[in-house]
Amino acid sequence: MLSVTEQKEIEFSADLISKFEEIVTRYPEGKQKSALLPILHLVQAEYGWISPEAMDKIAAFLQIQAIEVYEVATFYTMFFMRPQGKFVLEVCRTGPCCLVGAEKIMHHIEKTLGVKEGEVTADGNFSWRGVECLAACGMAPVLQIGPEYTFYEHLTEESVDKLIENLKNKI
Amino acid sequence: MARKLLLNNINVSGIHTFDVYRQHGGYRAVEKALKTMTPDAVVEEVKTSGLRGRGGAGFPTGMKWSFLAKPEGRERYLVCNADESEPGTFKDRYLMTHIPHLLIEGMIVSSFALGAKTSYIYVRGEMMPQIRILERAIAEAKNAGFLGKNILGSGYDLELYVQPGGGAYICGEETALIESLEGKRGNPRIKPPFPAISGVWACPTVVNNVETIAAVVPIINDGGEEYSKVGIGRSTGTKLISASGNLNKPGVYEIELGLPVEEFIYSEEYCGGIANGKRLKAVVAGGSSVPILPANLILKTINGQPRLMSYESLSDGGFVTGSMLGSGGFIAFDEDQCIVRNTWNFARFYHHESCGQCSPCREGTGWMEKVLHNLENGHGKMSDIDLLVDVSKKIEGNTICPLGDAAAWPVASAIRHFRDEFEWHITNSKTAMEQNYGLANYADPLPKLEEAIQN
Repeated sequence: MLSVTEQKEIEFSADLISKFEEIVTRYPEGKQKSALLPILHLVQAEYGWISPEAMDKIAAFLQIQAIEVYEVATFYTMFFMRPQGKFVLEVCRTGPCCLVGAEKIMHHIEKTLGVKEGEVTADGNFSWRGVECLAACGMAPVLQIGPEYTFYEHLTEESVDKLIENLKNKI
Repeated sequence: MARKLLLNNINVSGIHTFDVYRQHGGYRAVEKALKTMTPDAVVEEVKTSGLRGRGGAGFPTGMKWSFLAKPEGRERYLVCNADESEPGTFKDRYLMTHIPHLLIEGMIVSSFALGAKTSYIYVRGEMMPQIRILERAIAEAKNAGFLGKNILGSGYDLELYVQPGGGAYICGEETALIESLEGKRGNPRIKPPFPAISGVWACPTVVNNVETIAAVVPIINDGGEEYSKVGIGRSTGTKLISASGNLNKPGVYEIELGLPVEEFIYSEEYCGGIANGKRLKAVVAGGSSVPILPANLILKTINGQPRLMSYESLSDGGFVTGSMLGSGGFIAFDEDQCIVRNTWNFARFYHHESCGQCSPCREGTGWMEKVLHNLENGHGKMSDIDLLVDVSKKIEGNTICPLGDAAAWPVASAIRHFRDEFEWHITNSKTAMEQNYGLANYADPLPKLEEAIQN
């Protein structure tokens, strides 16, 4: 498993840079720092996590201090500071979902994947965690999978099994 | 059949597309506002309507708009708060998914009213599908000439962008949202100055909830006075209620404000009663931050009046015997649910979401989570209950933003109304680990006011 201190040399592709540049045009002159969250999402979609190397490169692009990127990336819960599984199952764990069985779903996922919350399976394909309210309480229990945050509602143990099977077939 | 002002066309096939939306009367409000009204006239209609912020605070929207400073040479901004994260609330997700053009139309009319030339819809990062839907709808509207330069030949220019969040409940607080939009950590700012004076990039800014902006469309189409005729008292218009928990038919319902709570829970037109033949034990009526009420007090006020779905009626009794309409996140608990466990769950939520600026919130939410965890897992002490109330009182009112209050109120109200259940967890800690406390007398006739005040 990749250690956080192993810094791989990364170079943002021309395609990625042009996406960054488009985003910057949404804000007034000199306010390009507002592009930081959209850019972090694009970088995580590309690499699966936010590495220190990536953060330094983002800071250079936006012409801000590295600390300004570190403090934002570590504040917002969607950004991973360590590599994750290829597929990260994020299950809502807040009150209304628990009233209708979210905790059972999480136990089932833990048992099926064989890893605890936050850990990655040995083959590197899956990890999972509980997240806070996903604003879908009437369709509970629910889970999402990044980077497009495809949404799965009205979960049962059967539908979770089917989902994991489908994902395995994509690998 | 109750009137629907927002969701009347929700079941029309293709209503999420520009063409179908337009065919069904969409973008008439833009035409009416930009071609026949002044910006101030639009603000007046919203004032007349009595519309109140639908995100949770219920502040009169027209009044908020009228506070917007208009200094020469400074841009003004309208930012839509689509950071929906209040547990129990999912109406904005529903609206953006199924009828995105309603929000976009509302944004155009509202931006025009406020003199904004660039507006943003700040959507929580997890709602990536909704971000894609909105971006597509914005492109459609732009192609059709409803965004961009010189809209409909009116001389009004507007650019509209979607800005993603990154997973932070606190960014639903308007100043934290503005900080996030500026590319910073979501730390709320001290108010004053209010965003109307100094908001995004220190420019005058209005931040409004998705549903509030959407409501501007029927208000302009039918007039503010017509809107104000729907509802009751100072709770005018309709509200989207997000119903969840142990109900037969959870989901999003558009109600006329003033609907009796009992009808909302039990009638087939709405939630269809408690699932699995169980009985109602408790309700959180307006999102996790509002006081929880036992069944007897959610159905009737302390004076025995039927409780209505309105700002005034749900607040009847203050926090002693009442609650709040809040975001309209209506969570129903059946007789098998454990109030202590749920209180711990909410305490964990607020601790996780605290931005950390204010010591009472940062530390207090952590202590409440820990003490409640002990109580739920058989390690509680009798003194823990009053300790929790004490901690909650020391957070309340001592923070820069309302998250501290929002964390304190669920704990204080759970203990106020369900103290015997908490005590049972301590005196019968072994049994409490194996079975739930049950319904007790929570559904019985109303407590006396003196008893309620004592707690």
